[in-house]
Amino acid sequence: MYEKFKARAVGVGAEVYHFETKRNTLDFLIPFLREEEVADAPGSYAVWADGRFLAGLDRTEFAGLPGLKFEVTRERAAQAKVGISLMEWALADTGSLVQDQSAAEQRLVSSLTSIHIALVPTGNILDGKKALFDRINPSTSRYIAFITGPSRTADIERVLTIGVHGPERLIVIFVDELGGETP
Amino acid sequence: MNKEFKASITRAVNDANLTGALGKFSEAYKVNRAKAYEGIDFEELRGRIAEIKSRAACDLDGLAETFKRNAEALGAKVYRTRDPEEVKQYILKVARDNGVKSVVKSKSMATEEIHLNACLMEDGISVAETDLGEWIIQLAGQTPSHMVMPAIHMTKEEVAELFSKEVEERIACDIPKLVKVARNELRPKFLAAELGISGGNIAVAETGSIVLVTNEGNARLVTTLPRIHIALVGVEKLVEKFDSVVPILDALPRSATAQLLTSYVSIISGPTPNDDGTPKELHIILMDNRRTEMARDPKFKQALQCIRCGSCLNVCPIFRLVGGHVFGGIYTGGIGTILTAWFDELQKSDDIQGLCIQCGNCVPVCPGKLDIPEMIMEIRRRLVLEKGQSLVQKAIFGVVNNRKLFHTMLRAASLAGKPFTSGKFIRHLPLFLSDLTDGRSLPAIAAEPFRDSFARIKQPTCREKAVFYAGCLIDFAYPEMGVALVTLLNKAGIEVSFPPEQTCCGAPALYNGAYEVAARNAVDNIRALMQEEATYVVSACPTCTVALIHEFSKTLDAVGESAWLPQAKLLAEKSIDFSTLVKKLVDQGRLSFKQGEDLGKVTYHDSCHLKRTLKVSEQPRELLQKAGYQVTEMFECDICCGMGGSYSMKLPEISAPILRNKLKNIRETGAPVVAMDCPGCVMQIRGGFDQESSAVRVRHSAELLVERLKE
Repeated sequence: MYEKFKARAVGVGAEVYHFETKRNTLDFLIPFLREEEVADAPGSYAVWADGRFLAGLDRTEFAGLPGLKFEVTRERAAQAKVGISLMEWALADTGSLVQDQSAAEQRLVSSLTSIHIALVPTGNILDGKKALFDRINPSTSRYIAFITGPSRTADIERVLTIGVHGPERLIVIFVDELGGETP
Repeated sequence: MNKEFKASITRAVNDANLTGALGKFSEAYKVNRAKAYEGIDFEELRGRIAEIKSRAACDLDGLAETFKRNAEALGAKVYRTRDPEEVKQYILKVARDNGVKSVVKSKSMATEEIHLNACLMEDGISVAETDLGEWIIQLAGQTPSHMVMPAIHMTKEEVAELFSKEVEERIACDIPKLVKVARNELRPKFLAAELGISGGNIAVAETGSIVLVTNEGNARLVTTLPRIHIALVGVEKLVEKFDSVVPILDALPRSATAQLLTSYVSIISGPTPNDDGTPKELHIILMDNRRTEMARDPKFKQALQCIRCGSCLNVCPIFRLVGGHVFGGIYTGGIGTILTAWFDELQKSDDIQGLCIQCGNCVPVCPGKLDIPEMIMEIRRRLVLEKGQSLVQKAIFGVVNNRKLFHTMLRAASLAGKPFTSGKFIRHLPLFLSDLTDGRSLPAIAAEPFRDSFARIKQPTCREKAVFYAGCLIDFAYPEMGVALVTLLNKAGIEVSFPPEQTCCGAPALYNGAYEVAARNAVDNIRALMQEEATYVVSACPTCTVALIHEFSKTLDAVGESAWLPQAKLLAEKSIDFSTLVKKLVDQGRLSFKQGEDLGKVTYHDSCHLKRTLKVSEQPRELLQKAGYQVTEMFECDICCGMGGSYSMKLPEISAPILRNKLKNIRETGAPVVAMDCPGCVMQIRGGFDQESSAVRVRHSAELLVERLKE
């Protein structure tokens, strides 16, 4: 399932990684943010919307990254280069990620930024929409968001161009430690 | 057709940017779409979608009420109205009550349908379209030329020019840079707008949800950043169940842009808090604008099964030449013609309905199982009922309805055509008729029609009989095709009869909406063809065969002549096209061809009615192979040749470039011979090659097969 997802997601321009633990993930993530020159200045922030990756995490980890913000406002998100959020489900047949984004901050970090990093529980890779629809409920999830690759357009001369209004890079990181349905 | 309309067509077909972009896209689309549907049973999928949407169309009122109840329970405000004017007033009131100064919109055909932007701007509200294509045409002051790709008609140079004016700075003509300009220009508008307006791709009654499908990410911003969100949704977007969203999402992106899924899909069920913690105001407007009326019309109810993917435009040989603007309205292409006739008015479709060549290419790809050509025929019928036929048409069809007069005139035409005839062709006609021979020679009317020479054909006496229905072209222009058919059937032990009272199949009248005329042709033919005992009624013209098998009954039914229906049905059961019959005879071992000779390459052109209505495409190819030919496929073998009966006479400016494309595809196979089963296609393609002085031979399959009969 992971391989199928990866092939589909890469096919539409996403970058896909896989780590066992949160620790491994941070070891990737923190240098990545440094490399992207995340800093405490408008245009260079990173914004991280709450999600269970952060639960119980010692935030002193990020002491060296003053540009990384956990309180997400529209002003910050609009001035952020990187947005990080958890996406609950992955759909193998289309390479899509799905999350209940009823909380506005979830949408701000994944739509106003140039780079969206999505953290996904490895155990929640599903076949496709049919399996997903058995697990989502619109009466409790008011804004169900599907994200498949970066923002794209072909409106000028049918030439595929990445990054119109949404992120121009989508980085998908599967984390085993985040659990999910199938261990 | 009115002059302005004709002029707009001429402009479009001569616009190299437009035809280039559309042509390239449509050629690539076919391949990409097939790839996107790999592993999916499309027939099964579209069966489900058609069922879901058709069921919804039966109860739009009930579903709208259920939707309203459920969405309101979640805190949305739902407004239902039949009247586009009331939609505008409602939106204006929401804007005024909230002191709205600026609006951002994500793509919505429904708002285009009611010309919402103009109304908001008149009220002093600034409106920004945020879909890149929509923004481009908004800056250019145009209307969308394609449902999914609104600015497909514009080049990057034109876009750079527009953007440079907008940002008052010279912008390089580089697509990624242009896209960046749009991102940077529109971002502050998103952040400042108090009101976001979207459409809705699906509305789910049982959950009160709307589903938005986009690629750019603008709909997510439109529904997130402004504190008020209004979604304007046509009631035809309603489905009953939440799980109905799955098949529609399976098909919509695949059919629209050959994507497995768009970058973003949002399912919004009730309002969510704004980012500052205040509650969002969510208004959903369910607009009718004649959709319920359409649902009650048995001929047009199926139009509500449309999911607005635009695939009918993508495969249309006419659309890719003329683009969307000639359609004049908001909705374009075949489906646009139908929607314009309803949402605007029937008369508005008067010219544009004539653009459909009835090739049927859109029918097998439609995920909602709409039969667009059939609905366009119905529009033609109603237009004729409403305003009558034109004088010219009346005169022509008056003659067609009188067989003796009609045939006398055809004979006279053989003489009248003499001065313009060289060999078997009419190459130039004078004056207003000159368009007819522009890029294509016409066949000379035969000196002796098939009906006169038939009696001289020496036939064996056989137990089995077949009635031959020649149709006008074989009878009067290509009698040799008829002779070939008789020879082949005789060889298989079938004696052929030719009832001389047979007349025009009625297709020309029918395809022009003159159903009464076509019905009289049907009755004359049924009477003539059913006189004799025979196993088969065979025709070597697919359009005629379609008339025998399908149209006679449908036409008689449409004009209420039910007395002839039983006979029409009996005739339909016996009727068969040339290749299917001959293939059957070969399979039964009653007919065989000379062996052991390699005849070289032949390429086969699929005629529209044979391939898509009669579903015959393998039989002629197998026969040609059995006869010793090597069949080499041309690119787009089943795309129309541009003939379309009287279409090529009415719209030669469209017919000619379609033909040019066909000739090119045939030439590129390197085959010295092109075969086909339709005398109309022969007339078009042979005439085209004649004007090019090309050596490619154009033959009816019957002519090629008869040469290969065993002695």
